[in-house]
Amino acid sequence: MLFYGTELSSPLMLGTAQYPSPDILSETVKVSGAGVITVSLRRESANLRAGQAFWSLLQDLNVPLLPNTAGCHTVKEAVTTAHMAREVFNTDWIKLEVIGESDTLQPDVFGLVEAARILTEDGFKVFPYMTEDLVVAERLLAAGCEVLMPWGAPIGSGRGLNNVFGLRSLRAHFPNVPLVVDAGIGLPSHAAQAMELGYDAVLINTAVAKAADPIAMARAFSLAVEAGRLGREAGPMEPRDMASPSTPMLGLASLS
Amino acid sequence: MQIFVNDEPVTVGAANLAEVLTELGYTQIRIATAVNGDFVPASQRAARLLVPGTRIEIVAPMQGG
Repeated sequence: MLFYGTELSSPLMLGTAQYPSPDILSETVKVSGAGVITVSLRRESANLRAGQAFWSLLQDLNVPLLPNTAGCHTVKEAVTTAHMAREVFNTDWIKLEVIGESDTLQPDVFGLVEAARILTEDGFKVFPYMTEDLVVAERLLAAGCEVLMPWGAPIGSGRGLNNVFGLRSLRAHFPNVPLVVDAGIGLPSHAAQAMELGYDAVLINTAVAKAADPIAMARAFSLAVEAGRLGREAGPMEPRDMASPSTPMLGLASLS
Repeated sequence: MQIFVNDEPVTVGAANLAEVLTELGYTQIRIATAVNGDFVPASQRAARLLVPGTRIEIVAPMQGG
């Protein structure tokens, strides 16, 4: 599946926040084989220049960047942040977040659609962080989005795929739209499940960064997304309610 | 005049955004800027005149999810 005409080297999208150190972040990204890494913007001090060191690290990693609008609660904040991100990171890709509720970090889907329309008209390639709502998906596609990123669970919660039915419905309704489960994945098995549902990628940050060993966890997620994708492509069996013996009954010895 | 840079009050002599960045040491640095909440591209910083009380935001790459 192409993301705005670009084929990713891996369906694993990896966030760069919350790692124990820049060195561990760098090694984790390399081990993960991530096809995309997400980045953000924050205030810069002329003296400390923290952002410049991070920029050097990104240059060394040489992985495609997906800047986000994390922390934005209004359309104006998100649109302005997107413009600043495009200039700083030199990419028209933007992971669009318009947060509507502080406890769950649930997206404000009304503001999201409006911001997506504005940014698409401004030439951005928008990756919208959304709920798994079908109607919101339709509105985002109509606004010009060519990728959809429904949440699995609230950001950083690690609860996995809270609404498998909804995610499956989204996949079924939009078979040709690249779909990414963004947020809430806590375990490699959650990532494999998303891929088994037919999703094209998963975006993970906290589950790797906050693991006791982020580098090992990155490897685990890398294997999980590959396993899930292969399983999907191999054509899973249909589940059934009753047992069916896997060992043939024909020729069973009569021992009673 | 006094302006605000990332919410901190700062007294500067420069009259436009490009000169303020130089005066405050933001040289040879990868940043983006906004003035009073509106994005100002690098190409337009010299033309963006400032008045007392102007609020400038200066951002740079940061880790994100």
